[in-house]
Order: sequence, then C-alpha cells, then structure tokens
Amino acid sequence: MHLEIPYNVRPRPDTGLYNAKLGIWLFLASEVMLFGALFSSLILLRSGVPHWPHGRDEGLNIPLATLNTLVLIISSVTVVMAWASLRLGDLKKGRIYLSCTLLCAMGFMVIKTIEYMDKFHHHHFPATNNFYAIYFTLTGLHGLHVLGGMIVFAYFIGPGAKMWATEPARFTNRIEVCGLYWHFVDLVWIFLFPILYLL
Amino acid sequence: MAPPKRQLRVGKEWLYAGDAERLLRDAIRMREEEEAAHGHEHHESFLRKYVFSIDHKWIGVQYGVTALCFLLFGFSLMLLMRLQLAKPGHAFGILKILGEGRAPGGVMLPEAYNQLGAMHGTIMVFLAIVPLAVGAFGNYLVPLMIGAPDMAFPKLNMASYWCYLPGGLIMLASFAVTGGTAASGWTSYPPLSDIATEGQTWWLVGMIFLITSSLLGSVNFLVTIIQLRAKGMTFMRMPFFVWAQFVTSFLLLLAFPPLEAAGVLQLMDRVAHTSFFLPTGLVVSGQMLNVAGGGNPVLWQHLFWFLAHPEVYVLILPAMGIIGEIIANNTRKPLWGYKSLVGAVVFLGFMSFVVWAHHMFLTGMGTVISAFFQTTTMIISVPSVVILTAMLMSLWGSSMRFNTPMLFAITFLPMFGIGGLTGLPLGLAATDIHLHDTYYVIGHFHYVVAPGTIFAMFAGIYFWFPKVTGKQMNETLGKIHYWGSLVCINGVFFPMFAQGLAGVSRRLYDGGVQYEHAKFAASTNMFMTTAAWALFVFQIPFIFNFFSSMIWGKKVGSNPWQATTLEWSATTSPPLAHGNFAVTPVVYRGPYEYSNPEYTEADFWPQNVVVGEPEPASPGGGMLTHGAAAQQEH
Amino acid sequence: MDTTTTEHLADEHTHGGVHDPNAHHSPEEIRKETRKYLVVFFALACLTAITVGVSYLHLESHEAIAIALIIASIKAFLVAGYFMHLLSERKLIYAVLGITVFFFAMLLWGPWNHHYDYFGR
Repeated sequence: MHLEIPYNVRPRPDTGLYNAKLGIWLFLASEVMLFGALFSSLILLRSGVPHWPHGRDEGLNIPLATLNTLVLIISSVTVVMAWASLRLGDLKKGRIYLSCTLLCAMGFMVIKTIEYMDKFHHHHFPATNNFYAIYFTLTGLHGLHVLGGMIVFAYFIGPGAKMWATEPARFTNRIEVCGLYWHFVDLVWIFLFPILYLL
Repeated sequence: MAPPKRQLRVGKEWLYAGDAERLLRDAIRMREEEEAAHGHEHHESFLRKYVFSIDHKWIGVQYGVTALCFLLFGFSLMLLMRLQLAKPGHAFGILKILGEGRAPGGVMLPEAYNQLGAMHGTIMVFLAIVPLAVGAFGNYLVPLMIGAPDMAFPKLNMASYWCYLPGGLIMLASFAVTGGTAASGWTSYPPLSDIATEGQTWWLVGMIFLITSSLLGSVNFLVTIIQLRAKGMTFMRMPFFVWAQFVTSFLLLLAFPPLEAAGVLQLMDRVAHTSFFLPTGLVVSGQMLNVAGGGNPVLWQHLFWFLAHPEVYVLILPAMGIIGEIIANNTRKPLWGYKSLVGAVVFLGFMSFVVWAHHMFLTGMGTVISAFFQTTTMIISVPSVVILTAMLMSLWGSSMRFNTPMLFAITFLPMFGIGGLTGLPLGLAATDIHLHDTYYVIGHFHYVVAPGTIFAMFAGIYFWFPKVTGKQMNETLGKIHYWGSLVCINGVFFPMFAQGLAGVSRRLYDGGVQYEHAKFAASTNMFMTTAAWALFVFQIPFIFNFFSSMIWGKKVGSNPWQATTLEWSATTSPPLAHGNFAVTPVVYRGPYEYSNPEYTEADFWPQNVVVGEPEPASPGGGMLTHGAAAQQEH
Repeated sequence: MDTTTTEHLADEHTHGGVHDPNAHHSPEEIRKETRKYLVVFFALACLTAITVGVSYLHLESHEAIAIALIIASIKAFLVAGYFMHLLSERKLIYAVLGITVFFFAMLLWGPWNHHYDYFGR
C-alpha cells in the first residue's frame, strides 16, 4: 500500500518548503563539511612544508582545466533551464536540457580522464608526493560526485520521466532537487580549480 | 463559553468522556474492518514487507534486533579482555575460541588483546549504541510521537538500514582476515593504523558504510521532524525525546563527514601509498618507510575528534530523551523546566562542535589553542548540568511509581552525574596531563555510556516493549536485572578512577602489571573481572524476559502506562504500512499534562484528546490554567 | 492528512500566502528568470577568465590566494544565489547553512591553528 506522506509536492505552509528540498539542502550541508575537511587537510599539509609545488610547474594542464570549469558552468545553466522548461509544462524541452547537462558532465569526465592518463604517463601518482595525493583525492572525490549526478540524470531522462504523466509537479520538484545537487558539484569545482591549479 | 462539566466537545457535539471514547473506538474498528476486507489486495511479498521494509516501525525493529546482537557481541569481547586483565598470560579454555593465531593454547597474545580492544570500542559505539538509540528508538518512536504517518523518506530509511547491516558484517568479517582485525584502537591513530595489518582496511571500508547509513538517516529524521509534525504539534509541544533526536540528527549530519574524509585519506595512505598522515623519515622496525612523507599524524586526530566528540553527545542525547519521557510518566507530573531542557539540549548540540581538541591536549598544542578548547569544554558542562538538574527537580513532590523502567531511569541520573563530573579534570588541560590515556578516562566514559546510556536503553526497552509487542515484560525478572546490573556495573568501573589516578595506563594488554607503579592493579583487575562476568550473568534474566514476554507476557492495551504522548494513542503494535493512526491526531496541549487540575477524567491528559474548541497552535501550549501555565513556564 | 495531488504547475494559489520561489504564477516571470540565468552565465565565464589571467601575473602568494578566493567566492555567490535561488529561499535554509558555515570555519581553523600554535614555538 502506498502511504501518503504529506508535503511531498505542496510546501508545508509554515516552513515554505517541500520535503525533498529541505532534504537536499541538509544533504548539501553535510557535503560542505565533507569537502571542508579535505580543504582543511590541504591547508594543514601545505602549511606544514617549506616548499609546496605550484600547479603550473607540476605540469597541471591549466587550459584543459579552464575548459572543464566552463563545461561545468554550462551544465549548471542547462540544468536550471531544464527545470524552468518543466515549470512551463514542456517535458520535451526539459529532457533536451537535461541531456545537454548529461553531455557536459560526460565531457567533464572525459577531460578529467585525459588529465589523469597524462599524469600517470609522466609517473605522477598519488603516492608520488602529498601535492599529487591531495590533488588526486580531491578531484577523484569530486569526480565520483559528478558520476553520481550523471547516473541520476540518466535515470530522469529515461525511465524516471514516466512520472511526468501522472505527477508532473512532483517530477519537476525532483529535477529541481537534482539541479541543486548539481549546482553544488559545480560550486566545489569553482573552489577546487583555483586552489589546486592556480595557487 | 465554559464547557459543560465533565463533557468533551467532539466535532459539534458535547459528549461524556465515555461516549467520546466509544466513538473513537468505533471509528478505529470500522477502519480495521475496512482494511481486513480490502486486505487481500495489498499482498506484499515477505521480502518487501519484512526484509526491505519501508515502514519506520519495522525498520526500527530491524535496527533494534541487529543492534542488540552487536551489543552482546561487543560485550563478549570485553569479557574475554577482562579474563586476560585478571590473570595476564594465564591459559583460559574459553580463549581458545579466538583461535591458535590469537590465543595459542588459550593464552591471549598482546596483538589479540589489541584487536579485542579496538573492536570492542568500535562495535559498541558504531554498531550497537547509536543504531539502538537512534536507529531503533528514534525510527520507531519519532513519527509516532509527532503524529506522522511515517518518516519523510521511507525508502531512504530502508536504505539506511541496508547500509548499516553490510557495514556491520564487514566489521565482523574483518576478524577472519590474515593478521586479524583492526587493532589500533577505536580511534585508529596513524602512523600505527597506516601500517597496520589488512584488518584495518576492512575497518575503514566498514566505517564508510556506517557513516553513509548515518547520513541518510539524519537527513530523514530532520526533514520528518521539521515537516511532518501533526496539526497543533508546535516545536514547543514536542516530547523532549523528539528534541533530543532532532539535535542528535544535526550532530550526525554535520560531524560525520570529516571522519568520512579522514577515512578516505587513511584508505589512500594504506592502499595507494600516499603519506597524508605519515611524516618524513618514519622508521618502522628498523627500516625507513618507503613513502613520500610530508604528512601529519595530528591531522587524523583533528578530523577524527571533530566527529568523535559530537559522537559522544549522539550517544547520550537520545538516552536523556528516553529518561525524560519515563520520568514524566512515572512521576505523574510534567517535566520540570521544559523550556530550559530544550534550550540546554540545543546549546549542547552547538557547543559539541567546538570542544573536540580536548582529546588532544597532549599532542603538543600551544597554550592559546589549549586554553580555547579548555574554555569551551568547561562551558559545555553547563547545559549538561541544566538537563540533569531539570530531571532531578522533576522528581520533587511527585507521585512516583517504581516500575522497572523508572528504576533504570532514576539510576541514570547519579550515574551520568558521576560520569559527567569525572569528565571535568579531563577537560582541564593541566589535570589532563596526568590523567590522559589512563584508566581514569576509561572509567569516565564508561560511566556515561554504560550505567548511563545503556541503562537508559534498558529503561526504554522495558517502557516501549508493550507498544511494539502488545505484551508487558515481567517485573520480577526486570528488577533482578536492574539490581544485579547496578551493583556489578559499578564494581567494574568505579575502581578504574583509582587506577587511573595512580597512573595505570590504558590499552595495556597485561593491565599494567609490567610497571612497578601499576603492580597494585592486579588485585583490582581481578575484582573488576569478577564483577564483569557477574554483570553478564545478570543480563540473562533480561534476555530471557525479552523473548519469553513476546510469547507469554501479560497482554496489555494501547496505553498501559497511562501516558500522554501521541505514540500511546496509536493502537498497540501499530500495523505496518497502514499508517500509524486510525484517526490522524490533532494536538491541543503540551506533552506532559499529568495531574492537571483542569482535567478531572484522569491524572493524565493525552496530547490529542479533544476538549473544548480546537484551538490553533498557541505558544502557551494549549488549555492550561494560570497555575499550571506558570509551572510550565520554567 | 494532506495527500499528494497532481497539480497543474500554473495554478499555485494554494500556498497560504507564503513566499515560495516556485510559486511564480506566469510563464512571463519564468522566462524573465531564464534571462537572469544567461546573464549569470556570462558573468561566471568572465570571472573564470579573470581568475586564470590573474594567475599568470605571478603575485605574492598571500595576494594570489586572497584574490583567487575572493573571485571564487563571487562565483559561488552567483551560482548559489541565482542558480540555486538561495537569494529567494526560506529562512530555515539560511539557518541550516549559517550553522554549517560556522562549523566549516571551525574545521578549517582548528588544524591550521594547531600548526601555528604548538609547544616549543
């Protein structure tokens, strides 16, 4: 039997939120602490050594990473456009925008893979030194989050879109919630990029 | 208009209480008949209904049973450790179950002692207490207490349990791995943990599962409490138990991720050979380690304790919530100082994030940072005292009932008092120099968790057993369990303070007898081991009582304790997946309206009983007379 | 209690007068928002270019870190404020984020401070 949980679609009047939106913001708060711990580690490790390599000198590909930054920003725009289209009642456009988001995400992962392969080719592994260790760990964890997002988007473009036929408002809310997660992934990269590559 | 005497307003009519109750029972019966008639339509598979259940009550039961099994297992590890401590190096037949690798000929090896120690701590904290306090009690009771049909995200709830169980099984499986299980303490400090045997990697993987389970659960709890409170259930009308779970969930949400990050870093160190925690030039067994170096072992400590300090409040807050409910019910009075309790618990939660380095006073921190953490630690003792005082004041002038849950509940108070007070010299940097890493610390935290939290867990089990099963546990067996446990548990832990003050270090596989200054500990250790095994014996009536009462226990109705909170107005053992309440409750008053002179039908006034005009939620807390309202305002 | 119902997106008058970022009644307002997103995108692209450009100036490390973090924060503000519509979000979310930011700051401060304030220094 399907139990009806209140405030899944309509916001609760006194909080003004529907359940999943509150849920995702709480989850994002915990993610802030997760990446925060890693940034904290970076700061401690970096201040603990007399010499910390600069990204450029270690051969980090700045143009490629800049491109990746733009790719993620574009994907953030497309996901919010998807949500706007759904609010206007246009599933087709929404799905197109979601597919663009997914494509951008794939592009990001491809560029990341190229970067990683290049590093391994030059015998730069996490074990090489702490600069690479934290670089691979931070970008790796971020990459896992991108991957997770991709899986969810693929689901909503595909089988998940069935919900539009019966509960379009709830489906739109789900896309909004995914979008919030995706913007956070973009946000992390906005900080990761300068900190790892440019400083 | 004043309501006619002895009559309640139901809808548009004035009815006598008996008629009102009959009306409600008819409604419930009609609903149940309707469901029985349509029941065949909702045929769920066994797998869906009982294994991958999305009903918070069954998930709560799953958590409870699993956690109690882990509790018993973690307890057994301690019993084995204490044998070694009583007679170090002695051959014990029972130790042979550890296998030839760990205990050849029944003599425990030091490595085995370390494994037992690390896993006892890990299992008790992460696999037993938190899943029991939050996963079991929290899951089962919170939606019921706030009048919700279930948790906000039932499927996520199921996912939480199914991250917890595999995590726990991975931890258990690590015992079978080459080199044994994790043996670097539950705190897993590097560099030791970085270079430890394979079992440590399993520990880290298990922790990642457990942390994920925790995170999913905490999101669920927070959204449920914020969004799904029934009509009239304002925040200040919530039972104290729900407030405790609310703050606990915030702690779990924000404090666990740094440990997850740290776990990832340690995994990288162990598996990818990075040096996050390995300093340059580390020599192990005479050989320089072949790593890049440049790491910092203290980084692990910061990240670990950033979680682990809020974690200890996660261990105690649900317990305080349980005690609050039981005390209010068995004193037949409202809890004294509800507002102070709420303020204290929120402040405590906040402060718990800024005290963590008091576990690190001996890592070479400077005076400024030590002073900061010492100050915050002293400040955090204030809300704990407020909570304890409020509970003690609640006993004054009460009409006390001494049933088993109440015995455990009032015992919690002095036991937590001892635990808390002994924390003070540990929180002050100067005295901590002498006491850090001694048995004093072990005595301190066990007092808070064992005769503290675990007694509260027992109290909760005896108290809510009738709601879950419809049967009451046997009082005689309960009292035997109580008295035996009380005496024995103090016998185990009280001497630890003396040992610690005399300088007996913790984590010594022989209990300290290798050191001149600690030789006296031998006789004390023998005494404590005897008490520990006697403590085990006194759990047997409890375990027997738990199972036998399910089958042969005295059958009771939906509210055997005559309580006021919403879970008691739900039918006994509410059915799964059919919502919790026959009629969705509307709340008219605070959670502890016991002995209210305005209500003469009984000495308890349930939160949702209809009376007078149903009023919109007011901060005053419903229909209270001036006197009662003044009492409520502390 | 309240059941989930299939709702038409355009008809959102049932929110009890509460301000809700979702409750834009007209397609016009949604299209206006869309234009805002594009403006934000261009701002973000420019700021990215500036960040990279500044890094080639070989500034002192303190200045470089400060500028990079300031630009990143502005970008973050734009993403959070407009894409995540945090600027029109409920107080409750602000409260959650406020607490989080405070603890995040503690997490950053603690280990770093330990490095600078230790025995023997």
